[in-house]
Amino acid sequence: MFERIKNLVIKEFIYYFREKRTVFFLFATPLIQIIIFGYVATMDVNNVSTALYDLDRSSESRELVRRLESSGYFTIKRAPSSPGEIRELIDKGDVLCAIQINRGFGKDLQRGIPTEIQVIVDGTDSNTALIAMNYINTIIGRYSRDTVGAMVNADIWRLDLQNRVWYNPDLKSRNYMVPGVIAVIIMLTCLLLTSMSIVREREVGTMEQLMVTPIRPLELILGKTIPAAIIGYFDMALVTVFGVFWFEVPIHGAVLLLVLCTGAYLLSVLGFGLLISTVSRTQQQAMTATFFFFQPVILLSGFATPIETMPAVFQYITYLSPLRYFLVIVRGIFLKGVGINILWPQIAALLILGTAILTISALRFKKRLA
Amino acid sequence: MNILRIKAIAKKEFIQISRDPLSLAMAFLMPVILLFIYGYAITFDIDKIRTVVFDMDKSSLSREFVNQFHESGYFRVNSYVESYKAIDPYLDSGRARVAVVIPEDFSKNIRKGYNAQVEVLIDGSDSNTATIAQGYTLAIAEGFSQRMRGSRVTPLIESRSRVWYNNELKSRNFIIPGLIAIVMAVIIALLSSLTIAREWDRGTMEQLISTPIKTPELILGKLIPYFLIGFADTILTILMSTLLFNVPLRGSIMLLLGLSGIFLFGGLSFGILMSIAGKTQLAASQAALLTSFLPAFLLSGFIFSISNMPKPLQIVTYLIPARYFVTILKGIFLKGSTLKILWLEALLLTLFAVLVFIAANRKFRKRIE
Repeated sequence: MFERIKNLVIKEFIYYFREKRTVFFLFATPLIQIIIFGYVATMDVNNVSTALYDLDRSSESRELVRRLESSGYFTIKRAPSSPGEIRELIDKGDVLCAIQINRGFGKDLQRGIPTEIQVIVDGTDSNTALIAMNYINTIIGRYSRDTVGAMVNADIWRLDLQNRVWYNPDLKSRNYMVPGVIAVIIMLTCLLLTSMSIVREREVGTMEQLMVTPIRPLELILGKTIPAAIIGYFDMALVTVFGVFWFEVPIHGAVLLLVLCTGAYLLSVLGFGLLISTVSRTQQQAMTATFFFFQPVILLSGFATPIETMPAVFQYITYLSPLRYFLVIVRGIFLKGVGINILWPQIAALLILGTAILTISALRFKKRLA
Repeated sequence: MNILRIKAIAKKEFIQISRDPLSLAMAFLMPVILLFIYGYAITFDIDKIRTVVFDMDKSSLSREFVNQFHESGYFRVNSYVESYKAIDPYLDSGRARVAVVIPEDFSKNIRKGYNAQVEVLIDGSDSNTATIAQGYTLAIAEGFSQRMRGSRVTPLIESRSRVWYNNELKSRNFIIPGLIAIVMAVIIALLSSLTIAREWDRGTMEQLISTPIKTPELILGKLIPYFLIGFADTILTILMSTLLFNVPLRGSIMLLLGLSGIFLFGGLSFGILMSIAGKTQLAASQAALLTSFLPAFLLSGFIFSISNMPKPLQIVTYLIPARYFVTILKGIFLKGSTLKILWLEALLLTLFAVLVFIAANRKFRKRIE
């Protein structure tokens, strides 16, 4: 039995490595994905391009602008000379926000008369807009308080908020995204490999030749999933090493635990791959089905947005996604450095889900062969 | 160019597509499912952040402060703990993302007129949620300070913020217009990328080669069915976005459809080019994934803003047609932009489509190797 499985695995690897192009895609695709994701997938808001329309030109207005700029969140890019120009700049997307300081701002402040500042934000990108607006309001609020404080010559009473950020103190989104991307890449590679390699035999007609050999269905399943798992593991190692050394994403937890948990995760991923191969006849179908399957799985796993912001119905669906559990595990191990004592519910869920899916797909697969 | 031959190829391709109802069904179901998920489940609007409170003061003032978190709607205080140590497992397991620690002397300080301190611990692993949560906590603290000061000190500067184009700051309005580009990119990657590779894989290319068909005819014939499917998907997506999700469509729908057609044509030509270059279906599928879906998703400004990327990648985005298309989509939908503002994007999209179509024709060798 082992002999037959071994031969199948070797045959599979020969197919992968025969074509240079296939080899390239097997190993370059994950690398390119991690590079782009690592650099691009950031929601950090800084250097927001800002237009400043300062009609006052007083030392007070300059001080406020200095504070905005030195915060690092805003870069004054344009100095429009009319409200119409502000409109144009925002319409074209040259700036994301505009600040208008009216004449008399400095004088009002000196006299202690309440005054106001106009802030216009391009809300197209709601996330950036919200964060930028929060920043502006905080900076203006502080400036306002300091001015009053200086005037009455005393500290104004306030509540000091000491914010401490755990796990990712610099709030770098890269540290959050890269571990997630690793999970996604493993899934995508393994899904495509298992489903397409089985369907290929069917499409090209070699499945019939395989069936007349003494290979049993279970051996065939193993022979097809083991190579995918090996390549999946290899890709994972490649991407992890890259993430840690190039992007300097910290791993606070145990690498061994990560490797073991990946095994549990692969159970369900390979199971789904097998399932896709049983519903498709051509490689085109296999690929379409893979896409069809993996996009919702990624979106409904907490990869991009937190699960708790989803409506309840969608939250229930996420329980079926292996990625949901694995994301908690990779992020936990990378960023929080937590161990089995915290992660056991996720690991258990992966094992149960994986066994169930693998069994169902294997049964379906056997039935289709017979 | 012979219209008849193009028609024959298109017809053959149509028959092949209709023989595969599964793929066809997926081509139409995919946009619907994606829209549903993006429209309902994916939101960057952060609220009900799970919060744990460690209140050492236990006074009416500290309760009032905690209540501010509740009332803001941004936080959901779901547990109270009695020690610092007890906070750890909450943040470690993700059962809470924010912990508020109120020291013993909180109310005493307020009554005496001293500044009071509150400590907030934030799980920073999801940096975006953490940043927004941080902003909210600051605002709550500021509001509380304001109330405690009473009317003695009014704030001097009021910032009057106005949000344009998407004034409720709904992330749905931000995501869905760009999604049209993603849906198209997926259709392109899935359908067109395998079409030539399949002929090679199955050996039917040799039969095609022996016919008098010319390269542009073959490519156009292969393209037309997928163009029609993609265009139907586009219309479906636009209808769902505006009717179901109430995303405002402020610009001209004709302009939107016209530019979508150009993008689709260019994308499909590119898919076919990949299919010619990839030869095997596995390679072509990976190539399509890498060159049309990922860039459309990551480098187009669909979710991740281009100005945040490192310079070299920003330059790369200029080569990606989806970048221009996403700008066009967001402009027409939210800003009501006209061709006067979008002419450069439109021109570059057209240029891309023409160049890629020519490249696909060049690359294709009607020859047995």
